[in-house]
Amino acid sequence: MLRDDLDLDKEYALSANHDEEHGKVLRKKIWKVTIILTAITIVEVITGGSIKQFYDGVPNESWWMIKWGFIFLTLVKAGYIVLSFMHLGDERKNFRYMVLGPYILFILYLIFHLFTEATYWGEIIHQ
Amino acid sequence: MAGHSEKVDSATLWGGGGSPFRLSYGKQWMWFFLVSDALTFGGLLCTYGYFRHQYGDWPIGEEVFNAMPFLGSGFPLLYVALMTFILIVSSVTMVLAVEAGHRLDKKAVIKWLTLTVIGGAFFVGSQAWEWYHFIHGSHYGVILTPELMNDGWATIREVVGGGFSLDYGHGQMITDPALVSQYMAEPMGAIQGANMIENEYAPMIPQFGNLFFFITGFHGFHVLSGVVINLIILINVKKGVYDERGHFEMVEKVGLYWHFVDLVWVFVFTFFYLV
Repeated sequence: MLRDDLDLDKEYALSANHDEEHGKVLRKKIWKVTIILTAITIVEVITGGSIKQFYDGVPNESWWMIKWGFIFLTLVKAGYIVLSFMHLGDERKNFRYMVLGPYILFILYLIFHLFTEATYWGEIIHQ
Repeated sequence: MAGHSEKVDSATLWGGGGSPFRLSYGKQWMWFFLVSDALTFGGLLCTYGYFRHQYGDWPIGEEVFNAMPFLGSGFPLLYVALMTFILIVSSVTMVLAVEAGHRLDKKAVIKWLTLTVIGGAFFVGSQAWEWYHFIHGSHYGVILTPELMNDGWATIREVVGGGFSLDYGHGQMITDPALVSQYMAEPMGAIQGANMIENEYAPMIPQFGNLFFFITGFHGFHVLSGVVINLIILINVKKGVYDERGHFEMVEKVGLYWHFVDLVWVFVFTFFYLV
């Protein structure tokens, strides 16, 4: 099938089929990432099930460490899914930055904005 | 995929006549769609963070979600962990289908894509069960008693050997039978389960129920459409549509969407269930 956006060269994804040798390498990488993702999920669930936020109504003072640990592990998982499973890590650098850059910038702005606002309203509610 | 991030001089890249990203337009626009969809989910999860931060007090995932099908309650996070695992595995089978597509191995594509569809269907079914359980709530629900306790409400729990006790804040218990029956005799009100107006998990925070229904519902709808789209592509593969084209890029494009659904769930799982 001839398409005008593919005329330039034959290195596009469409014609970038690979042989059995290369497939073996790729599959090995896929299973490695699978094991990492599964291990992280298991660690999260065991931690979440065994360390409580409250013990008989008394707050667990070191819970914030667990919480930020969870958020960090989530970002690690997200990184593996986007860069490895979605192959963004294999795309050209300028495309990678174009997808990730604006998104991260906007979400960080939104988090800052909403949490500032929520802090303000929270103080009024709890007065 | 790999193999086209090699050095190309910028005069060729940006000289027109082809994509400067060395991507077919189908994949490129799937990415742009996913970025916009990710902004929607990002906005929803930030709204969740907004209310949670504003109220300060918030229901704890392992106390709300502790039931297993057929086994009852007392299994904090286990079922949702199973759901998460199944979604991750279906993401793996999808990436294996894409890899098989690059080798033009039609049989393997069919095998892995079928498994992906099954995993997705299992996840949607599990989410329906979660909703059912969330809507029906615990056995006895909560009572509202304004003169009492932190926020004026307490969860009713059954005591082994008969009778009840009241939990008025993450394990702070009233066990004295006389006091318990006094509070339970004339409550201001009672809530069991959850709907868009009130919920027993956070009687003072209706937004908890609203956000749960909206965010997991929106995600579940994505999973459902993903299963349907995967099914359509699977039928096309079986019919030999992509053999004629000489490439299985369509599998790769729906694969991107499917991984994205998994990606969103990773965040929903963390913020609704874990922290």
